[in-house]
Amino acid sequence: MERRELEAKGYLVTPGFIDLHAHLREPGFEESETIASGARAALRGGFTTICAMPNTEPAIDTPGLVAEVIARGRAAAAARVLPIATITRGRAGRELADLIELSAAGAIAFSDDGSPVDDARLFRHALEYARTKDLLIIEHAQDTSLSRSGAMHEGVVSARLGLPGIPSAAEETAVARDIAIAEMTGARLHLTHISTRGAIASIRDAKSRGIRITCDVTPHHLAMTDDWVAGSRAFAWEREGHGREAPLARNGPAPAVDADRFAQSQARLSLEKPPARAVPYDSSIKVNPPLRDWSDVRALWEGLVDGTVDAIATDHAPHASVRKNVEFDQAAFGISGLETAVSLVLGGVAAGWADRSTVIRALTTGPARVLGIQRHDDDWIAIDLDSAWTVAAEELVSMGKNTPLLGRTLRGRVVYAVVGGKARYDGGVRGASPVGSR
Amino acid sequence: MRWSRRHILDTDDWSTEEIEAVLDTTGAMVEVLSRPVRRAPPLRGRTVVLFFAESSTRTRVSFELAARTLSADVVNISASGSSVEKGESLYDTVRTLQALGGDVVVIRHSSSGAPYFVSERTDAAVINAGDGWHAHPTQGLLDAYTLRGALGHLAKKRIVIVGDVVHSRVARSDINALVPLGATITLSGPPTLMPSAWRCGQAPAGTTYEMDLDRALDGADAVIALRLQKERQEGGLLPSLREYTRVWGLTEARVSLMRPGAPVMHPGPMNEGVEIDAAVAHGARSLVERQVTNGVAVRMALLYLLVGTPTLEAS
Repeated sequence: MERRELEAKGYLVTPGFIDLHAHLREPGFEESETIASGARAALRGGFTTICAMPNTEPAIDTPGLVAEVIARGRAAAAARVLPIATITRGRAGRELADLIELSAAGAIAFSDDGSPVDDARLFRHALEYARTKDLLIIEHAQDTSLSRSGAMHEGVVSARLGLPGIPSAAEETAVARDIAIAEMTGARLHLTHISTRGAIASIRDAKSRGIRITCDVTPHHLAMTDDWVAGSRAFAWEREGHGREAPLARNGPAPAVDADRFAQSQARLSLEKPPARAVPYDSSIKVNPPLRDWSDVRALWEGLVDGTVDAIATDHAPHASVRKNVEFDQAAFGISGLETAVSLVLGGVAAGWADRSTVIRALTTGPARVLGIQRHDDDWIAIDLDSAWTVAAEELVSMGKNTPLLGRTLRGRVVYAVVGGKARYDGGVRGASPVGSR
Repeated sequence: MRWSRRHILDTDDWSTEEIEAVLDTTGAMVEVLSRPVRRAPPLRGRTVVLFFAESSTRTRVSFELAARTLSADVVNISASGSSVEKGESLYDTVRTLQALGGDVVVIRHSSSGAPYFVSERTDAAVINAGDGWHAHPTQGLLDAYTLRGALGHLAKKRIVIVGDVVHSRVARSDINALVPLGATITLSGPPTLMPSAWRCGQAPAGTTYEMDLDRALDGADAVIALRLQKERQEGGLLPSLREYTRVWGLTEARVSLMRPGAPVMHPGPMNEGVEIDAAVAHGARSLVERQVTNGVAVRMALLYLLVGTPTLEAS
């Protein structure tokens, strides 16, 4: 099908999306996802290019492994797969991986994602060394001594549910460290899956000072709040004006504040009842960084609108059911996100939280600029903006069915994806035979 | 009031009427327990499975006594640990319980939320006997019953809860049971053992945080001391148990700051000499033993409301 034909049918035709951050689990965890299944799931979500995170087993830390990921990506003949290699050998955080050789083998960027590089000295050296070829370092910014035992965002909801918290400060202190080291080294640094308003403020300030820093946010952090762990299923824009934290909440201990002032907005330990409910402690919501509160979500959207946020990346984290069908605190972190990403962010657009062009940019030119790559003109997709579809485990192409959106009806669906001029996904465009679907 | 709940997972969304219904039923159970032959038939033919994945002699025995007094058959399953790494998953255990049948599953588990997991995957009625830091509904209800007995009613009464609130399912369930009955709660204890949001102007409705225990106790109507786990010191949350005892321990001098005769409670087991002096623990104000007795009656009331047949007459 031609672009013009699809436009004439009323579909939105855009350049193919680029995902800076996806976990394809191969090699090592093929029960959760493979490069092929992930690359096919990507097309369903409109991503014609995806960057594969290297926290596999073994971790992608040798040129041979990089070449293997590239070969398997090609063989899948779905979305383009760009391998990210580790910053440190074995992702162990002790010594640098061979960044230049890995880059020569085709690594598009470097990350120990899943963990930060805890050792600030080693992180400094990684950035300094990356300058040799202006390589891109992608950091999972988190102070693990603050986040270690946490299972969800630390706040009112974690207090009520009795779950150990991951405070916003775990991200905010790490972002401050990373910005300072980026500034002193002059290297390119991309901070991935930013989730807190404090981190957005720091990045905005760093950019205004000319530091070479970029960041992305995920669709789930743009759409969901920490009270999803308590059973809420209201998207952030469905509860506008509610659940706002007291302004003093983060300014340290303030026992002098009269709690009665806030009592009216609280039903005992509960927040107000949002429109949809589910059983609390659903492990499909467990994700790192955790879903934050409403004001954090608002700050992510503001960052998207004012350009502080460069890209929307899925942090697609598929898991086999055995790792999720357990107690909440025992469950693996991660949400399977490739196939629901665009529907989620279009929900925010429909609510008026950003222009459609802003989120499309953050899915296309934004990530291309972060990676320093040219977009392929013959990678394009068609979206049916009005199509409502219900997320069902058996319909997801990803092997990871771990999404809190199962059973939820979303609006906006990718119906056609072209990679390198070849139609590789047809999700039911009228007058065309299915190609590469499922 | 018609009882409509199928499970007892948390009391955080209970109405005042529901709490009062349980307390009133508890009164009837206290009467059953005072009979010369402590036995009534409403759970005859019912099977109560006690699934304790975390060791607890007191609560398990209390549930067992409650179930047997109501003529239920009792099955004990104890599993140490529960995680995937240890070989047997909670899911696997729940499927086994489901296959074996059983009308009620009473679960104690170290993971917050585990009773919800179980209730979603079995046909049995599930009673939460304590999950992680989250909830211990029967403890909250028995504390409410005990306090109501001692104070007459809870309207406008101010109850102090002191100690390790952040890790305490008892504190959360006490708040949920006492506030709807009209009480206000003053939480006290070291800031490191208080949920950060509750310290910073977002304490639950009906509660306030007062770091200074003497000020918290001044004029209070009752105090509930929480157990202090000795590991908190190693976790860097406390400088020393000695300092904790000096600043937040319940002493005779401190409890006398409350209204005359104001009672002292503790969910047990007590670390005497740490969070509570022996003289206070066993003194005239102490309701600790009454809590234990009432615990059986509250658990009988809940079993009865969930799966009992209507008669309490002796057979």
